Amino acid sequence: MWEHYLNIGIKAVFIENLALAFFLGMCSFLAVSKKVETALGLGAAVIFVLFLAVSVSNLIFNFLLREGALAWIHPSMRSVDLGFLSFLAYIGTIAALVQFVEMVLDRFVPTLYAALGIFLPLIAVNCAILGAALFMEQRDYRFGESVVFALGSGVGWALAIAALAAIREKMRYSNVPTALRGLGMAFILTGLMAMGFMAFSGIQL
Amino acid sequence: MAFPFAFGKKERAVLLDPLFNNNPIMLQVLGICSALAVTTKLDKSIVMSVSLTMVTGFSSLAISLIRNYIPTNVRIIIQLTIIASLVIVTDQILKAFVPAISKQLSVFVGLIITNCIVMGRAEAYAMQNPPWPSFIDGIGNGVGYSMILIVTGFLRELFGSGKVLGYSVLPLVTEQVAPGKFGWYVPNGMLLMAPGALFLIGLFIWALRVWKPEQVEKE
Repeated sequence: MWEHYLNIGIKAVFIENLALAFFLGMCSFLAVSKKVETALGLGAAVIFVLFLAVSVSNLIFNFLLREGALAWIHPSMRSVDLGFLSFLAYIGTIAALVQFVEMVLDRFVPTLYAALGIFLPLIAVNCAILGAALFMEQRDYRFGESVVFALGSGVGWALAIAALAAIREKMRYSNVPTALRGLGMAFILTGLMAMGFMAFSGIQL
Repeated sequence: MAFPFAFGKKERAVLLDPLFNNNPIMLQVLGICSALAVTTKLDKSIVMSVSLTMVTGFSSLAISLIRNYIPTNVRIIIQLTIIASLVIVTDQILKAFVPAISKQLSVFVGLIITNCIVMGRAEAYAMQNPPWPSFIDGIGNGVGYSMILIVTGFLRELFGSGKVLGYSVLPLVTEQVAPGKFGWYVPNGMLLMAPGALFLIGLFIWALRVWKPEQVEKE
């Protein structure tokens, strides 16, 4: 049984890496990957929010939105299908969660808030979070599966951004053509990393 | 007061500026997520471009109309709600009229909500400007995005699978063009995979910055 979960986790970290295989969260991926330290901070924040957001979205989808999900209110609600509202429900959940996490951290763990604070608002519109929630719906994960999937995706994304930041720090000593400096080079590097990660494809537990 | 729907020099500048001088993808690094993922085929890129342009235009219009009534503290949630509603409409239209492409685009239609271009224009332009210029600004940025998307989609489909919009242009070596006769083009499968898209956009940025050196970032 637990091989199944391990498989979902490994797949989410390496094979279907959100950043390198689906290009999710690319905006912040490229913008915040200039220093390893900030990249790690953003990575940690993404893991945290992704885990919360996808688990909550999973519950919302299974108990409120999907066809027949409202049957627990009254048997006659069995035919109600609110699936089309999922986008709105997920983005609302994510925005509210981010706000909530920000307030809780500020009140109870100020050191962590100081480290992650500036990244949290960024994450509300990070496509990696919404993307993971939509993948969860599309692949019809159950609650346990979606938790593992969320953690795996978050770790994969954090790994990718930390690695890219490390490479970009070293790139400062290289002689890159002027017009390619910065963004252009970041794209090429990400491409090379994506190629590297393609080596993992086909791994099955 | 000028006619509110005038299309003069100022509006033209607002519309055309995002194409080369201030391209959302190339310079502002916004909205790349979907630009890379949906461009394996030209038809997907076109559908995505049209959807995004419409959503950006109309969300800027709607947000600009109510900009004076939005409390600053909750503006992000309000913007997201407007954008998400528009995306739901778009998604339903796509499901109804182009079901095959809508299926291929999978989660990426939904991801228009978090596409930074839509949000960015709402926040940076529509919150301060009247509805009509905001609408044009949204459409202009949508077109700037579409341009990159369509060119990338064209190149990836042409060289990745030898086709344009599904019609064979470069006959593949595996394809029988006439009895006993095969094509000559060996497709570059790399272009259809993730790294190909990243390299292509990287090269575009390189080319644009050789042409317009003032866009190079300062260290």
